[in-house]
Amino acid sequence: MAVITIREALNQAMREEMRRDENVFLMGEEVAAYQGAYKVSKGLLEEFGEKRVIDSPITELGFAGLGVGAAMVGLRPVIEFMTFNFSILATDQIINSAAKMLYMSGGQYKVPIVFRGPGGSAYQVSSQHSQALESWFAHFPGVKVVMPATAADAKGLLKSAIRDDDPVIFIEQERMYGSKGEVPDEADFTIPLGVADVKREGTDATIVARSLMVPIALKAAEELEQQGISCEVVDPRTIRPLDIETIINSVKKTNRVVIAEESHPFCGVGAEISAQIMERAFDYLDAPVKRLSGVDAPMPYARNLEKLALPDVARMVAAVREVSYLD
Amino acid sequence: MTEDSTAAATATTAIETEEQDTTTTPLAAAPSELRIEHEQRQQKQREEIHALNKETLHHLLYQMVLIRRFEEKAAEAYTLGKIGGFCHLYIGQEAVAVGSISALRPDDYVITSYRDHGHAIAKGIPADEVMAELYGRAGGCSAGKGGSMHLFDRDVNYLGGHGIVGGQIPLGTGVAFASKYQGTDRATLCYFGEAAVNQGAFHESLNMAQLWKLPCVYICENNQYGMGTSLQRAMSLQNVSEKACAYDVASEFVDGMDVLAVRAATERAVARARQESLPTLLEIRTYRFMGHSMSDPGNYRTRSEIEKFQERDPIKLFRENLKTQNMLTDEENASIEARVKDEVERSAQFADSSPEPAPEELFAHVYANPIVNSEQ
Amino acid sequence: MATQVVMPKLSPTMEEGQLSRWLKNEGESVSVGEPLAEIDTDKATMEAQALTTGVLRKILVPAGQTVPLGQVIAIIGEPDEDIADLISKAESGAAGAENKKSIEENVESGQYGAQQELAKIVADGARTQATIQGAPLTSDVGAEPEAGAAGQPPAPPPTSAVASAVPAAQPSGNGQRGDGRLIVSPIAARMAAEAGINLQTLAGSGPGGRIVKRDIETAISNQAQAQQQTAQQPLAEAPAPPPAAQAQAAQPIAQPAPPQQPEIEGASAYRDEPLTTMRSTIARRLTSSIGPVPHFFLTTEIEMDRTAELRRSLNELDKETKISFNDIIVKVAAVALIQHPQVNASFQEKAVRYYERADIGVAVAIEDGLITPIIRGADQKAVGRISREVRELAERARNRKLQPNEYTGATFSISNLGMLGIDEFTAVINPPEAAILAIGAVQPKPVVREGEVMVRQMMRVTMSCDHRVIDGATGAQFLQTFKKILENPLLLMI
Repeated sequence: MAVITIREALNQAMREEMRRDENVFLMGEEVAAYQGAYKVSKGLLEEFGEKRVIDSPITELGFAGLGVGAAMVGLRPVIEFMTFNFSILATDQIINSAAKMLYMSGGQYKVPIVFRGPGGSAYQVSSQHSQALESWFAHFPGVKVVMPATAADAKGLLKSAIRDDDPVIFIEQERMYGSKGEVPDEADFTIPLGVADVKREGTDATIVARSLMVPIALKAAEELEQQGISCEVVDPRTIRPLDIETIINSVKKTNRVVIAEESHPFCGVGAEISAQIMERAFDYLDAPVKRLSGVDAPMPYARNLEKLALPDVARMVAAVREVSYLD
Repeated sequence: MTEDSTAAATATTAIETEEQDTTTTPLAAAPSELRIEHEQRQQKQREEIHALNKETLHHLLYQMVLIRRFEEKAAEAYTLGKIGGFCHLYIGQEAVAVGSISALRPDDYVITSYRDHGHAIAKGIPADEVMAELYGRAGGCSAGKGGSMHLFDRDVNYLGGHGIVGGQIPLGTGVAFASKYQGTDRATLCYFGEAAVNQGAFHESLNMAQLWKLPCVYICENNQYGMGTSLQRAMSLQNVSEKACAYDVASEFVDGMDVLAVRAATERAVARARQESLPTLLEIRTYRFMGHSMSDPGNYRTRSEIEKFQERDPIKLFRENLKTQNMLTDEENASIEARVKDEVERSAQFADSSPEPAPEELFAHVYANPIVNSEQ
Repeated sequence: MATQVVMPKLSPTMEEGQLSRWLKNEGESVSVGEPLAEIDTDKATMEAQALTTGVLRKILVPAGQTVPLGQVIAIIGEPDEDIADLISKAESGAAGAENKKSIEENVESGQYGAQQELAKIVADGARTQATIQGAPLTSDVGAEPEAGAAGQPPAPPPTSAVASAVPAAQPSGNGQRGDGRLIVSPIAARMAAEAGINLQTLAGSGPGGRIVKRDIETAISNQAQAQQQTAQQPLAEAPAPPPAAQAQAAQPIAQPAPPQQPEIEGASAYRDEPLTTMRSTIARRLTSSIGPVPHFFLTTEIEMDRTAELRRSLNELDKETKISFNDIIVKVAAVALIQHPQVNASFQEKAVRYYERADIGVAVAIEDGLITPIIRGADQKAVGRISREVRELAERARNRKLQPNEYTGATFSISNLGMLGIDEFTAVINPPEAAILAIGAVQPKPVVREGEVMVRQMMRVTMSCDHRVIDGATGAQFLQTFKKILENPLLLMI
């Protein structure tokens, strides 16, 4: 298996899918001539030309809607937001058009589109450029929301997302483009949407982590192992549809759970997972479900404050110890 | 770029210059001036009638009358509680949908706003299915799940009514993008009201359309009111067609009470789309005779204003002109009315007898692909 | 195409409207959107607009008349159109009734839509508002946020650098808070129930003394060790309810319930009555005070002379039978139970279960413990038969030949240590039964009767009651009956 970065894995996924299906095209700000603001689309213009790799004006509502319209009549757009922070301008088209089109047309117009780009926290870019928006999108039936944490997941899930007939929000973690991992060499490697992955098995406590929280959870689990606590790390990978069964099975085994997320806690994905655990596995809990979220404040610029705003290994260790009644 | 600028410039018609004074303050003009202008337009339509065969002319009349009667029936059904929610009627604007869509091929696309009954019928969705959709029945063109504002029919390339003002403009742009990408010469008609022109979506779309040379015809149905707010109270530059120049897009100002003028302008725009793969903005000035929706008390405009526009009722004008030009006999007119009556009555009966959607429809079509681990 | 003009629904709460004025006369042309008439609704005066163009052919409701929604008020049509059918239908009221029904059936969604849109119009100005809706709507629209809601400081972030510094509460005795509530994690509660561990006996090691999984694990391993060390427990160690009882407890309970068939073969039918709030409060509070089965004890002394005489007589009549005091006590207890069904009961999780029959468990000492074979339906059986059954069951009990259904599922138990010379004792309830009667020895004692000291055959009995089911007075009433019958055994004949 090749060891590549998440950036390269995403690039491969798009390249392979564009080779596979002429209807797939990539549109977004700086995706073509500039080679991608984060270099994810590097080399695609050269291979596929201006027709299929299109630099858009800075007009998020416009090109998001254009993508939805194109998807209604047979194309498979991949719309890149330079960062998901800018997708906020396009939410009318994502929520009111893409998510509801199939339903309100009585099943006639499907919208096979991928909205992708970096999201979550970045480094020292303050409040408007460093935020996690998955709970917004995941709130709505009709869209799927994917957040890969490894190179293999990034590639396999993006390929599935492009082939999927529904609108998919594909959020890549901005800090993680450079992280490396093994990716299977098989020619048509895909990972189905809606299937969680147990990133580490354990018996004493479950950490449900997604995106950037996955490597942090794995590190915390290593530390906890030194302390005699065996952690299971479950990565849902797809937020909607959520593979709650895998999470519930883990909780039934460990009886204790910490949900880690970069996003704000209020009405967040962690809150939803917590509620579902309460509904489905109440009798298996040994401690209240613990959420470890980004703080309930906008992201500050100062480096020290930024660090305090996000869950880290130490706080994750403390959270697991708390639900294990060890402190 | 220079050739496109030329296209934009030449597309501006004589009507537009005539309209300059009255568009900014349409109600301020003296009745006598309006009368003269009206006569000129009537004369023009009478001349244009002879460019078309009788069958086409009768079809245009039939469609306009069908939409009018259909909407009247819908209004009646609404007062009876058979139709719920919002119900935005198209009465008064029939010439716009009928004239413009008559310039299309069946494989061309239409997408519009929530005032979408007229376009749906003109594009060929059976009246039965439109009425059943208004009634929220399984036999509706959107299976009862879209309602008045969300009529869809893939079979006739009708891409829906859309409920957020201006939301359909980027969508129509994307449909045109796809036609070009797929190497077809299909045109897309993308309709919106003048109030949508104030939305960013309009400006973003026109910019992209000209930038990427997309075969989209943007039709602004300027009925002069965004709900209860008049054009004058909402728009700094009220001449919508002029805004096209900001994006180097060709544009025309069209009399929306003249079905033939609408048809001719749309034919020019569609030809530009097909042959040159270029967008056009048509501002079609029209007027709605009814409220914004069924629950609109209408006290933001005067009775006399409405009556003034009703004098230029597009159906009345067209029928009169057809008769004076010997293109319509009383018998033919009666036969059209009878056919329409029949079709409308049938549509209400169809809607009444169509079953309600099955309860399982609640969760059908949320996703196109099956969900692996559904949390539902 | 003639269309009917109906009394339109012009406000969400409108049920009828008064036609205050016609604005058009019969024969006049009307165009779509043109005002036809003024209608007084429950809220305001509104114009009814023509929804079609044509001639106002017929006015069916004169000005001043009030009519229900949907009634046909006029007909618009072509000047020469035949509208006779429509008129006759309208005048017969058929159309109106049909329309009104249709409006009523459809009104829910229509009304909602209108409300929504009206709400938007409200922003357009006070005039609109007053004209179409009146005041009530405004209270829903653009309402000020509740005082203070916006200005409240945000809740402290649940995660902060200091969050983990919160000291864990000290384990405090067992898992009880100051209010006496037992604090236990869901999985710990579940494990304790399955292992039959009394949570009252545990010390919680979680925050605030919460009993958590590891506490149960410790208790289970302690229990296993204890069982290895100790021999059989005396009766005092109440076993956990058998699984069957738990399953029954979880079943939803109908009210009033027809008798249910028991799961144990041959056991009594019963009916479950859902716990009242008071009953469940009593149950919860007493349990947390004294243990899973909160006992209390009632003692009385019974004069047994007449019973002794009866017994002697019976035994003389039939030499074969050897009726014991205990056999008669079983019979009397059963008869009294039927008279006091509150005692012939058991506590279920969400209900009190009342049994139809008195199935009396009789404690029998065997070599290494005891067992309680059951006399099913003792209230129905003759004392002689009870006697034979007890002897036969006890015999087989000693030989360990009893089938499970012969010793499980009693509704009440009797433990008699009289033959061992015990004057008085208390017995421990065998759950889920609600009571057990401890019978002391029958012995001569001086008593005072009508001012004179005399010797009587006296027997002391103590009933242990499950307070979740039986209150003091209920138990006492049962004992009164029990005592009365034993003192006057002829009552058995009535």
